[in-house]
Formats: sequence, C-alpha cells, structure tokens
Amino acid sequence: MESVVERITRKHFWKFHGGIHPPEQKFITNHKPIRHLPLPAQLIIPLQQHIGAAAELIVKAGDYVLKGQSLTASQHPMAVPIHAPTSGTIKAIKLAPIAHPSATQEPCIWLTPDGLDKWRERIIREDILQLTREQLLDIIAEAGIAGMGGAGFPTYIKISHQTPIEFLIINAAECEPYITADDLLMREHSSMIVEGIKILQQIVQAKYILIGIEDNKPEAIQALTQATAQLADCYLCVLPTKYPTGGEKQLIQILTGKEIAKGTLPVHAGIIMQNIATCFAIANAVLDDVPLIQRIVTVTGQALDKPQNVWALLGTPIQHLLDQCGYQAENNNQLIMGGPMMGFSLPTTQIPVVKTTNCIIAPTEQEIPSGNHEVECIRCGQCAEVCPSLLLPQELQWSAKANDLPQLEKLNLFDCIECGACAYVCPSQIPLVHYYRVAKVDIKQQKLQELKAEKAKTRFEARKLRLEQDKRQRELKHQQAAEARRAKMNSTDGDNAKSAVAAALARVKAKKQATTDTSTTNDAIAVDTENSIAEQQQSQVAAAVARAKAKRLAKQSQTEQAPEILEKIENEPKNTKSNNPSQDSKLQTDSNSETTAEAHHTVQPNTVDAVAATLSREEKIKLVIGKAKQKAETTQSPLTEPADAVTTSIASNKQHADDRAQRIAAAIAKAKAKKQQTEKQ
Amino acid sequence: MAFFIASSPHNHTQQQTSALMRLVMYAMLPGLIAQGYFFGYGNFIQIMLAIGTALITEFIVLSLRNKNITAQLFDGSAILTAMLLGASIPSLAPWWVVVIGTFFAILVVKQLYGGLGHNPFNPAMAGYVLLLVSFPVQMTAWLPPFQLMSHHLDFANSAATIFTGFTLDGYSLEQLRSTADGFTMATPLDTLKTNLKLGLTLTEIQKNPVFGEHFALGWEWVNAGFLLGGLVLIVKKAIDWRTPLSFLASLFLCSLIAFLMSPDSSASTLFHWFSGATMLGAFFILTDPVSGATTPKARIIIGLVAGFLVYIIRKHGGYPDAVAFTVLLCNMMSPLVDQYTRPRTYGHNVEHK
Amino acid sequence: MSIVLAIAVLGLMSLVFGALLGYASVKFKVEGDPLAIQIDELLPQTQCGQCGYPGCKPYAEAVANGEAINKCAPGGEATIKKIADLMGVDVQPLDESHETNNLPKVAFIIEQDCIGCTKCIQACPVDAIMGAAKQMHTIISDECTGCDLCVAPCPVDCIKMIPIEPSIQHWRWDLEQISIVNVD
Repeated sequence: MESVVERITRKHFWKFHGGIHPPEQKFITNHKPIRHLPLPAQLIIPLQQHIGAAAELIVKAGDYVLKGQSLTASQHPMAVPIHAPTSGTIKAIKLAPIAHPSATQEPCIWLTPDGLDKWRERIIREDILQLTREQLLDIIAEAGIAGMGGAGFPTYIKISHQTPIEFLIINAAECEPYITADDLLMREHSSMIVEGIKILQQIVQAKYILIGIEDNKPEAIQALTQATAQLADCYLCVLPTKYPTGGEKQLIQILTGKEIAKGTLPVHAGIIMQNIATCFAIANAVLDDVPLIQRIVTVTGQALDKPQNVWALLGTPIQHLLDQCGYQAENNNQLIMGGPMMGFSLPTTQIPVVKTTNCIIAPTEQEIPSGNHEVECIRCGQCAEVCPSLLLPQELQWSAKANDLPQLEKLNLFDCIECGACAYVCPSQIPLVHYYRVAKVDIKQQKLQELKAEKAKTRFEARKLRLEQDKRQRELKHQQAAEARRAKMNSTDGDNAKSAVAAALARVKAKKQATTDTSTTNDAIAVDTENSIAEQQQSQVAAAVARAKAKRLAKQSQTEQAPEILEKIENEPKNTKSNNPSQDSKLQTDSNSETTAEAHHTVQPNTVDAVAATLSREEKIKLVIGKAKQKAETTQSPLTEPADAVTTSIASNKQHADDRAQRIAAAIAKAKAKKQQTEKQ
Repeated sequence: MAFFIASSPHNHTQQQTSALMRLVMYAMLPGLIAQGYFFGYGNFIQIMLAIGTALITEFIVLSLRNKNITAQLFDGSAILTAMLLGASIPSLAPWWVVVIGTFFAILVVKQLYGGLGHNPFNPAMAGYVLLLVSFPVQMTAWLPPFQLMSHHLDFANSAATIFTGFTLDGYSLEQLRSTADGFTMATPLDTLKTNLKLGLTLTEIQKNPVFGEHFALGWEWVNAGFLLGGLVLIVKKAIDWRTPLSFLASLFLCSLIAFLMSPDSSASTLFHWFSGATMLGAFFILTDPVSGATTPKARIIIGLVAGFLVYIIRKHGGYPDAVAFTVLLCNMMSPLVDQYTRPRTYGHNVEHK
Repeated sequence: MSIVLAIAVLGLMSLVFGALLGYASVKFKVEGDPLAIQIDELLPQTQCGQCGYPGCKPYAEAVANGEAINKCAPGGEATIKKIADLMGVDVQPLDESHETNNLPKVAFIIEQDCIGCTKCIQACPVDAIMGAAKQMHTIISDECTGCDLCVAPCPVDCIKMIPIEPSIQHWRWDLEQISIVNVD
C-alpha cells in the first residue's frame, strides 16, 4: 500500500462519483466560539441513544444522582450505558418522544437538575500507556461512547476487531451545510482530540492515521496541523469541499482509493473510521474519567437571533437551546435536527439532545421553503449524475412508485446511503429519498414475513407428520392387540377365551333385555375386560359420562346417532387419552347389535360418519363444550371412593342388570363430581 | 405550534421543470429566427397554431383526467412539443395539417401514455411521422428560400395561404414553389436523393441553386441557429452533451466513409450536418429526456445508432429526411439499452485483497 | 408438381416439430403440480383455515384447480394480487365473509384462567402452544401466526388475540401520522 500513502503525501487524492455543492451556510455560526449554556429546567434522557439495545436501568424515580453517575448498566454487548449529565433528582422514568423521525415514545429518564452540578468521584489516569487494550475498551464502553458523527454505533465494538488495521481514518470532513460543530471543536480542543487519536491508535495499532478534512475549514486545518505535528504516521488530508465527502464509504474511497465491497465492513479491508468528536470523547473518558454527557450542537438558521455552537448536555430539550439562541417562532415553520441533507423534521420542541445530535436548524421560509411541489419525473438523469453510490435514482423511483419490490432489490436499493444528493438536484422536486426509505422498510417487512411463513410452514408440516405417525402407531398397536387376542383365542386356552366371548355375548344380550335404555354405558363396561382397566378407567368413565350427556342432547335435538356422532367428533381432533376407550367402547344403538368384543376394529356405521361430517366445526365444538358444561351444571355429592373402587365395582357386577344399573348410576355421579373438582381448580 | 414535517433532504436547488422547458424554448429562438428570415412567416404562424391546439388539447385531457390544471398546463412541455412540430413542417402547409399533427401528438402520444414523463415516444416526432405518412403531398410541399422564390410573401399572404390555400392575389402553393423557370423546388436533401437516383454526379447536382454557395441555401443557417441554441443548452446543463456529440460524430463518420468510398455520389459530411433537421434533432429532439435514454452510456450508444440510422435512411431509405424516423426508432430502443448499460454500483464486483 | 412438393415439405416440417415437442414433453416433464407449489409459496402460511381448507397447501391446490383466489384473509389484497398475476386471472376483492381488519396479532393465554385442558394445543396448526395435560399452557409468541384457531376451543375463554405493535424499525415513514404529544 505504499502507493496509497505516496499519493496522500503528494496530496493527489482519489475522487468519488457524483456529489453536489449546496450552499455551505457555515458563515452563520463558524465565527463564534462555543458557548456554555445555563442548566435547563428539566433533562429528558432517553435510555437508548445509539444503534443496538438499551442498557438496564440501575436507578429509579426519586433517586438523587451525581453528575457523571451511570444511570444504566450494560448487560448486552450492543447496549451502551447512559450517565447523568448533571446532578439532580430523577423525577420520573416514563415514555417520551425521542429524537427519531417518527417521534415515537420510548422510555426516558426525567432528571431535574439541582443546580449544584456536583460530580461523582473521578479517577484521573496519568499513565495510560500501561493500560491494556481490554482495559481501554472497557473504559470506553463504560463511558457510554457511541459514534458521534450521526450513526451512533457503539464505539468500543467498532474498534475491538482483531483484524490487522492498516488505516485509522478520522472523519473531520463535516460536509453537510450549516453544521460547524466539528470545526469549532477542532479549533478549540485540538490537543485533546489528538490525545484521543493516540488512545485509538494504542487500541487498533493502525499502520497509518489519516485525518480527512474539507478545505472550507482553514483555522481548523491549522490547529490540527500543529497538534498532529508530533504524531507518527499521521497525515492530515485536506480534501476539496463536496457533499457527501464525509460519508464513510466516500471518504474511504477518496483517501485510499478502495471501494468497500457490498456486504462487508471497512474493518474487513483493514480500515477503521471514527468521527473526530468521538476521539474527543474517548480522550475525556480515558484521561479524565468523564463519560459522554455533553456534546457540541450547532444551533443555526435565520429564524434565530444568536445562532452559534453550544455545549449541550445530553437530554437538554431543544426548546432550551432555541430559547438560548434567540428563537423567533413567528418566522419559522419547521425545525430540523441534523443537517439539511440528512436531518429529520421535529414535530415538537420537547425532543431532547442525544449523543448523535450535531445540529439544530431553525430556518425561515425563504431559507428552507416548506411545502411539497412534486411533479412528474422527466427522466432528465441529473440524479444519476450526482449519486455517490452510482445508482439510478430515476429507475429506483419508478419502481418504488410502482411498488415493484423485486426490481428495487435488483437495482441495488440497499446500497443507497440516503445522502439526499439526488433529491437535491431533481428539477421535478420529487422526494426521492423518502420513496426509497419507505421501499426499504417494505422490503425488510416482506422478507420478515417470508421468513415467518417459512417457519410456520415447517412447523405445520412437522405437526402433520407427527399426527400421522401417532395415528400409524396407534393402528399398529391396535393391530398387534388384535393379533394377540386372536392368537389367544386360537391357542390351547381357546375354550376359556371362547367361553369368555360367549359369556360376553350373553352379557350383552342380557343387558339389552334388562335395560330399555339405549344408553350404551354398559357396553363400555362389558367390553373392556381384556385391556388393562385401571389405566383406562378414568377416560372410560369420562366417555361414559360423555355419552350420557350426548344422549340427553340426542333426545333434545339431534338424531338417534348423536352419541356416535359425539364419539366421532371426539375421535377427530384428539390423539390422546380418550381415543382408545372411545374406540374400544364402541357403542351402538338398537340398530346395531354387534358386540364390540373386538372393539379395536373401528365399527363405525357410515351414517355416523356422514352426520358427523356434516356438522360444522363450530357445532362440533359446541357439542363438546355443551357436554362439558352440562357436566359442570349438575351438582353432585363429592366422590370419596377412588376410581379403582368404581371400576372394580363396575367390573364385578355384570350379571345383575339392576345392580349394574345402580352402580353405573353411582359411577356416573362420581365421575361428574370429579370433573367438577378439576374444573374448579 | 404545528411544524411542517418533511423527509430529508430539506434543501434543494430550486430548479424547476418548467424553467428547464422555458430554457429549451429560448434556445430554439436563433434557429427559428433564421427559419423565419429565409422561409417567411409561415413557420411562425404554424407554431402559433400548434401552440393553440396543444394547449386546448392538453386542457381537455387534463380536465378529463382530473389533474391539477394550472400546474400541469403551463409546465412548458406541451408548448415545447408544439414549437418543435410547428418548426418541422413545411412553412405553408394547410392549417389543418399542423392542427391534426399537434392534436395527435398531445392526445395520443403524450397523454394517452400517461402524461408528462410517461410517454415512450417523442410526441413531436411521432406527430410529424403521422403527418408525413398520411398527407405526403402537403408534407413535401416545401417552400424554397426567399432568394429563389418568384413571389415574396408578407404576413397576410402567408396567413391566407395557410388558411385558404391561396394567397390574397390568388396564387396557389404550387405556383409559389415554382421558380421563374417553372421548376418546383424541393429541399436540398430531396433534390440530392432524386438526382442521385437519376444517375447524376454530385458535382452536377450541386449546380442546382437550392444548394447555394455552401451546403444548403437557407437550411444551413437554420441548422446553424439550432446548433448555437444547442450549445447554449449544453453549457447551461439543461441537456446532456453525450447524445448530441455522439450523434453528430456518428453521422460525420458515416458520411465521411461514404464520401471517401465514392466522392461523386455521396454528399459531404458537413452537408449532412447542416441540411434537413440534423441540428434540431441532435440538440432538441434526441435529447428529450422523457423519451430518450437515461444512463450515460446508453445516451452515447443511442447517439451513435441515431447517427448511423440517419445516414442510412437518407442514403437508401424512401424519405429524404430521416431524423423523424430515426428518433422514433431510437425511442423504441432506449429502455432496452438502459437496462444493459446500468452503471456498476459502488461496492459491487469489487476485488477484495 | 410444385404443390405436391410444398405439401411434402410442410408435412415433413410438422413431423419434425411434432417429434421435438413430444420429446420435450417427456424429457422435461415436471413432477407434481408446480402451479400449486408456486401458489403455496405466495400464501402467508398461517394455516388458519379461514379459507375453508385445512391449511395453505390444500388451498393452493384448490386454487390451481380453479378455486376462487380471494379467500385468504391473512394474505389480504397483496396476496390476491400476486395469485392473480401468477394465474393470469382478474383480481377480485377479498371475500366479504372474512373479516377485513387483518392486523397482525399474537395469541396470549391468561394464565390465571387456564385449566390445562390441552384443547388449544390440539387446535394450533403450527404447535405454537407449549403445555401438557393439567400443566400450564403458554403461547410461544415467536411461532404464533395469529390464526385465531385456538380461541374457540378454549372452554374457559382464556386466550385473547393481541395486535402486534409495529416496532421503530418498521416505521413506514408516515409523516402525516406523527402524533404530537404534549409533554409536561
């Protein structure tokens, strides 16, 4: 890479495509020093002022905090703590509109300053060269430093990469019109900035340090030249003024000639870029143990009497800044936080200053007209001439208006850095960047939806598979049991088995004679001799109860086959306990006098299927609920006997119909009560 | 207090489309003045007729489409189209020729395709082609430059001829077009083509007075005027320099090759540049942003192709002047060429060392 | 003579082309119903059954066989339009029998009321409910597609559908809709 440094020493920089030259408007504020402001009445400190996640609160409402005290603690690598900008009491922690174009409400700490500005204890570090890299990174993380150029990425993550770094680039370009915060910082605090650069260098160990600055800041260039004179391998690169020279990708291209490949970060190419104000904050944090609690904000615009740069505490409401700078509300229609090219409109003046706020513009109507004068695109192509990413904004705009999301991706919409150069030159005054932003959100949403749909589909398929497998296993089990039973019957014990079957048949007949009831509870009991009764009794009884209820329903409105229908309904969605006994205890009415000795064969008359199928899902569910509700309604005396007793009593009394009927009635009552108990829990 | 909310960027060059259109109209003036000087008031009247028709048609269509009439009617695009069409047709063509042409251009070619910014074809040229194909007699009745005319027409006579077909004294258009010898004059290009077919050599052809002393009597000054206007537009960044440059270069190259191959039956390069509608096409029609190409490379390619096509059609095609057909063919090609000449986006296809 | 030649040539050409087409239809035959698969890709996969079919794949197959394309409520107008584009049919408005207000929702079980009956678990088409018999049931909100099928089976009506709040990352730059809140 000698050629890069050679070119830099020769001051023969590269160029990036496009770019515009808007009126700089820096004269409004660049001839006055930075002013310190009196404390505002109230500070509103959002918990998240950076890209990533908010850190955890470690204070609560009512606490008294000292200046510089941590208000949140980071449990998450992407969470950066915030600190109290001054001493005072925390009035509340509640939602408030934050410094974002949507002005959504997020949790903020409301701090009432007590005017004493009392610091917490600070450790002044003398010999920082002894600190290890990890220690330095910790200090920077704890100090809550995030990128102050506008993006707000946690600094310590950015500089903690292990890849060898060739260039440490300090972004002092400040290419947007109106903003002079970095300019004044360089003029007034260049030595501290250089300390910060040295600390960064200690961490990243870059081969070369490049400071990129535009040529419209002669005093700052002079100050920096002096301050960096003793710094090894440090080159101050004075670049021609063009917007957006300060964009990360563009500055890298100008200084090193390299293009950052799509999908990669500069650090993969051996380049780390930091804003110059971040360097200042790093120096303060490491040397003086001062966390990030204030920053320079350019308060500018012609609707102000005294536009200037100010030291603003984080959390200062914009209203305070405007008041201090002589705001004339009658001349002003809009407020912009940030520069005119990339800043966003503020809907209210209660929005607080955050770590990434570098400018507030209060323009008059002539300065920055309000209103939307969009007309049709005439395909003049001026936007494509100025785009630094070499995109085709006119084609992007056509596709965005047509909502053609696949085409937008093909046209590389996500390479747009939203610098606004295209919309600046558009003769038809089309708000191009707005369309791109909406399209980007739409594409991201769509991708998220697709991912979700894919997940849901996978789960659905897996569930289907599982249900099928369960069904197959059940059938296999049934088959095996049937085989076993058949084998048993055909074995030498056949007589016993046959007589058992004969006895069962006899019982069935007897039962039929005994009870005029078409209730089929008896069948359930009669049949279940072979299978292990104990484990199936509960559900058997439940099924019995169910059938009783269904029978009642059958008498009310349904057809004669309601019980069977009910059974079928219960069979359908479930694959758990009740299936076995329901199937086993296949019931039938007088129309169907088959015994269900071999009950695992599902003996379901077709009519049952038909009727069950005709009921809609809703009706089926209602039927089941109705049955359950009816169970709950009837109040019974609580059961005292355990289930086993019930089953044995049922099993034993098969001969006498009357006895059986009595006992069955008792069993039903017990089951009902038990159900009621569980429901009440 | 309710603040105005907008999406960034918040400042703007404040350049407007209507201003751009007006600039183009002003740039046409040198050529139009030359045309008026050599060929009389005819074209001026045609342009006025065209503007009137264009505005009325646009008004009707915009009302039907429920669009914002004040903003869109006077954004200059309709008037520009009218001016281009009015300047392209023979100066004493009947009034209904320009009215039909403009009506078609605005209604069908521009508005039916979606209005400003959506038309794939240049409305003026599409209207011209319609007229050329539908009314060949009227569209080939070109007036010779005043030096060659036997009768000189003032404004009233011009208006009379346009509206009635006869001058106030009763001369018909055909009679006006004849010289003292009885020839009906054609344009230089037309004369060249016809005589080449008859087998005459270039030297013989150029004896015809219609060629004047340099290239094409009268027409050369008209083209020079449009060239001047075009250069002004390029300097003011109203049009892209790529298309005119590549068009003229390509035409120059083609005619040069042909001239070198057979000097006696090919017209000179500068003849091609300064006759017919070359300069008008180069700076005002091919550069129409709506129907032309949008990517830089595509603009160069379209220009090259256009130059080639103009030469080919002039040499071997059925019509003497080729610019209108060439423009339409290039308009058809533009979206395709655009698609294949997209610039490489930053960060794509980059070698990572 | 020339007409015989013409007929012969044309006949030969048609034979050749017919053979080519036959070969192509055999060699490049696609298994399954690619149209149904393509339609299934467009559906939102909530498996809610609001279209009347037990899942998205069955509805896709039905649409491939001529079923109306306007029955998918969670998919909404966007999906109808995509299916219309794919099938080459006209776009129809969403069937009125469906609720039109299809905000993305997530189910939530009020745990104090849950009785552990597992009916909702059995109803969920994507197994997004965790729980067992007589144990507490809870919705795995990341997997829940908001299809509503669990609400009805619950005997104690303890499941409610909560609309998903759009996060700040998904703000659609509705500049008209920024609410101005008075902060004290």
